[in-house]
Amino acid sequence: MGVIVSDLKKSFGDNVVLNGFSHNFTDKKVTAIMGQSGSGKTTLLSIMMGLLPPDSGTVQCPAPISAVFQENRLCENLTASANIRLVTGKKYNGHEITAELLRIGLNDCENKAVSQLSGGMKRRVALLRALLADSEVLFLDEPFKGLDLDTKNLVMEYCKEMTKGKTVIFVTHDQRECDFFSDEAVEMNMFGFSNMN
Amino acid sequence: MKKRVISLLCVFFWLVVWQVGAMALNQRILLVTPVDVALKLIELIPSADFWKSVMFSAGRILSGFALGLTAGTGLAVFSGRYVFLRKLLSPLISVLKAVPVASFTILALIWVSSKNLSVLVTLLICVPIVYINMLEGIDSLDSKLKEMSTVFGIPPMRRFVGIYLSQLLPYFRSATGLAIGLCWKSGAAAEVIGIPDGSIGEKLYQAKIYLETADLFAWTAVIIFVSWLCEKAFISVIKLIVKRVEKM
Repeated sequence: MGVIVSDLKKSFGDNVVLNGFSHNFTDKKVTAIMGQSGSGKTTLLSIMMGLLPPDSGTVQCPAPISAVFQENRLCENLTASANIRLVTGKKYNGHEITAELLRIGLNDCENKAVSQLSGGMKRRVALLRALLADSEVLFLDEPFKGLDLDTKNLVMEYCKEMTKGKTVIFVTHDQRECDFFSDEAVEMNMFGFSNMN
Repeated sequence: MKKRVISLLCVFFWLVVWQVGAMALNQRILLVTPVDVALKLIELIPSADFWKSVMFSAGRILSGFALGLTAGTGLAVFSGRYVFLRKLLSPLISVLKAVPVASFTILALIWVSSKNLSVLVTLLICVPIVYINMLEGIDSLDSKLKEMSTVFGIPPMRRFVGIYLSQLLPYFRSATGLAIGLCWKSGAAAEVIGIPDGSIGEKLYQAKIYLETADLFAWTAVIIFVSWLCEKAFISVIKLIVKRVEKM
């Protein structure tokens, strides 16, 4: 089962953010949500993840889920490995996590506190955490934000491989990311939304 | 290594200043030399009475410290959760912070026996320090990490250690470092006022009565050393826990 969103409405005061959004996010496909800032993409993701209650409408989403948030939401005092183990438990041992960190260009940082890492490194740790967590559905909010071009290419390749067979909903502004990574796309704008496919 | 040598040289410098100053003054009632203090310590340390006094005071001061840590942390946790309790406790904590140790001690002497005086006084000194530090830590907890743990379905125990404990331990470490030294200072002061039998405070009081300045300095050195030892031991344990939590 994919993620089924029906007639979702959400306002903050007088500001209508979602006005009857409906979409069937296809099972085991990558769907990009595109749109300008303020068009409600992150609000939609928050509602789908159960972090924000809608004013009306329903979301049917299989569990478990994992996510890359707009901010990294990492425990700054913990090491990169510990941040990943926090969500994966004993599913991966230290060597396996180190190997995966290496694949996305994070050398020698498994035992460093996250507070010592750069913005791009933190983003990759947050992404790896989401990819290694047990999940049926992945919500990725601008997952490649803050990465330089070479790193972004490396990470997008890795991400594509790791999300095979999973339902992925990801928010992006970047058409190139959308073309490379997604199977289908939804455009959100101030007037509503449209399927781009 | 170089840093340690410099530190030792600094200590040695002040010991020399003290020795020269005491020799120049040549009034053993006013100021004894460090050599006199060392000789007094050599005389005191092998006696059973010395160890009984150290154990008596350490047991009570550390009990008060442990109770203060527990109470301060517990109150901070509940104050972080309930705004009403935070407001209710605010004047009490301000008073506890400002009241002099002597006032506490005299009041406490009315409530408890002089034997357990230092437990109560150190508890009252420790609570506001731990409470304020821990509450600051709780206020700075990142609520977005809570959301993250909900999304990933992190089990409660792992959530507690990885998210809450990892963020609060630095505050706990600074609170304990600060509180333990103050507990020894206030505990010893309380014992000097209450004069419980067999305590370090009683020994200090006797040194004052009989103008035994060497005894006064020797017992003060003992308090400084034991306080330092407790602080080091406690901080080492917390550091060990922090390291284990960081690596999970």
